Amino acid sequence: MTMSRGLRVFLLGFTVLVLVLVYIPLALVVVNSFNVDRTFTWPPPDLTLKWWDAALHSTAARSALWTSVEVALAATAVSMVLGTLAGLALRQTRFFGRNVVSLVIILPIALPGIVTGIALSNAFTTILGVGLSLFTVVVAHATFCIVTVFNNVQARLQRLGGSLEQASMDLGAGPFTTFRLVTFPMLRSALLAGALLSFGLSFDEIVVTTFTISATDQTLPIWIFQNLFRPNQGPVVNVVAAVLVLLSAIPIYLAQRLSGSTAEGLTGAR
Amino acid sequence: MLWLGVAYLAALAALLITSLWTQDDFTGEIQRQWTLDNFRDLFTIDVYRTITVRTLEIAALVTVIDAVLAFPVALYMAKVASPRAQRLLVIAVLMPLWASYLVKAYAWRGMLSEGGLLDWVLGPFGLQSPGYGLLALTMTLAYLWLPFMILPVYAGLQRLPDSLLEASADLGARSWTTVLRVVLPQAFPALVAGSIFTFSLTMGDFIAVRIVGGTSQLLGNVVYDNIGAANNLPFAAAVATVPIAVMLVYLAAVRRTGALDNL
Repeated sequence: MTMSRGLRVFLLGFTVLVLVLVYIPLALVVVNSFNVDRTFTWPPPDLTLKWWDAALHSTAARSALWTSVEVALAATAVSMVLGTLAGLALRQTRFFGRNVVSLVIILPIALPGIVTGIALSNAFTTILGVGLSLFTVVVAHATFCIVTVFNNVQARLQRLGGSLEQASMDLGAGPFTTFRLVTFPMLRSALLAGALLSFGLSFDEIVVTTFTISATDQTLPIWIFQNLFRPNQGPVVNVVAAVLVLLSAIPIYLAQRLSGSTAEGLTGAR
Repeated sequence: MLWLGVAYLAALAALLITSLWTQDDFTGEIQRQWTLDNFRDLFTIDVYRTITVRTLEIAALVTVIDAVLAFPVALYMAKVASPRAQRLLVIAVLMPLWASYLVKAYAWRGMLSEGGLLDWVLGPFGLQSPGYGLLALTMTLAYLWLPFMILPVYAGLQRLPDSLLEASADLGARSWTTVLRVVLPQAFPALVAGSIFTFSLTMGDFIAVRIVGGTSQLLGNVVYDNIGAANNLPFAAAVATVPIAVMLVYLAAVRRTGALDNL
């Protein structure tokens, strides 16, 4: 490496500083979940487990959590199928407007979530006449989850090229056999990373959800947002937040185990 | 198969059409009459112009802050760190991305609160937490979107061959010069790719604004309030065309830099 010592030390110092700044707020949430004081005075006057107990018994929080899990699973399933198909289609066929189609698929992540949200909400209620429900939330989440699956699939396909599949075809396998025995195994880790990412995105999503959910349903982010400004619920919200911070280590761990190259699979993150 | 993509475009088009309709003041029903009133209101009422300009300013500021913070970190990750440290750093950057967006915005509410951590840290210096407002909002948004800037830049720098740096050194450039005149221009498309995220995310945000923005509003809040409280979907749709237009112009402008391949 050709960089001078001074530069390297500067870069290291800068990186450490930024990372520390990134983690302080997250650590604060966890510590504050034990804070006796309702308004999160710092340093905490005393520590308590009271709020954890209260959060554990909050039925609203728990049912919101399950709603979120269900929505995320459904959205992931839909986007896996459609994202893979789109990825395969855009590779194998060179049709008119191919670039346009890839641009369209990118659009949901390039445009602000609020635009996607109100466009879909408008389409559901005034154009299609479908009432808002969890189903509309799943459809809405799937529109942007597809992008992540599609990106992963496309990156993998581009890297691998088509020679293996051609060999399979030459050896007499039909298109479906080739997909099952050659293409799918090649894509598997990319798909898993995409699924993980979709699940995370959907689980966490609030902007699009706000516009496409009915008044009676609540996903976890919606629950947090609605209770955020209620002083009584503050500590309970904080415990839920702390749990979410701690849980976020799981997908990272899984992704590491799965692919080994997190950078490839997860940079399409939004 | 591409039904969803088509459906998405159709929904966008429907949104534009809705923005040309009007709303009955008494019943709140949408009347399908063609009118440009919504756009006229948008451009002539001062409040909306102020909010639009403010939104663009904050989006630009957040983008610049993130670029300045992300470039050295990405450079360290890509070119200085050992492969093992590199892996750990990628995890360290990714991890906050998985922590819920809401939780992170909420964390800043705790940081900035009266008597909170920032007050405690800044107190000895005779300063205090900026409180909830535009400054707090800018900090929070920059914090939220930082990984979206670091990751594309890191990926871009990783593709940069080491031989280029060596050539620059052989030609007599000192390392700082190499970074500024060789690495930075090469990383520019990646920085632009990151800026697409930071810019677009800031323009659509209304949640962090509610949480730490105090009483100030961005475009997202106008859209949200018009759908929720005022129930004026056509006007909300008209407001939402502003970020769409800005993003389309921005995407078209950065196409040349090759940034889109870095997404």
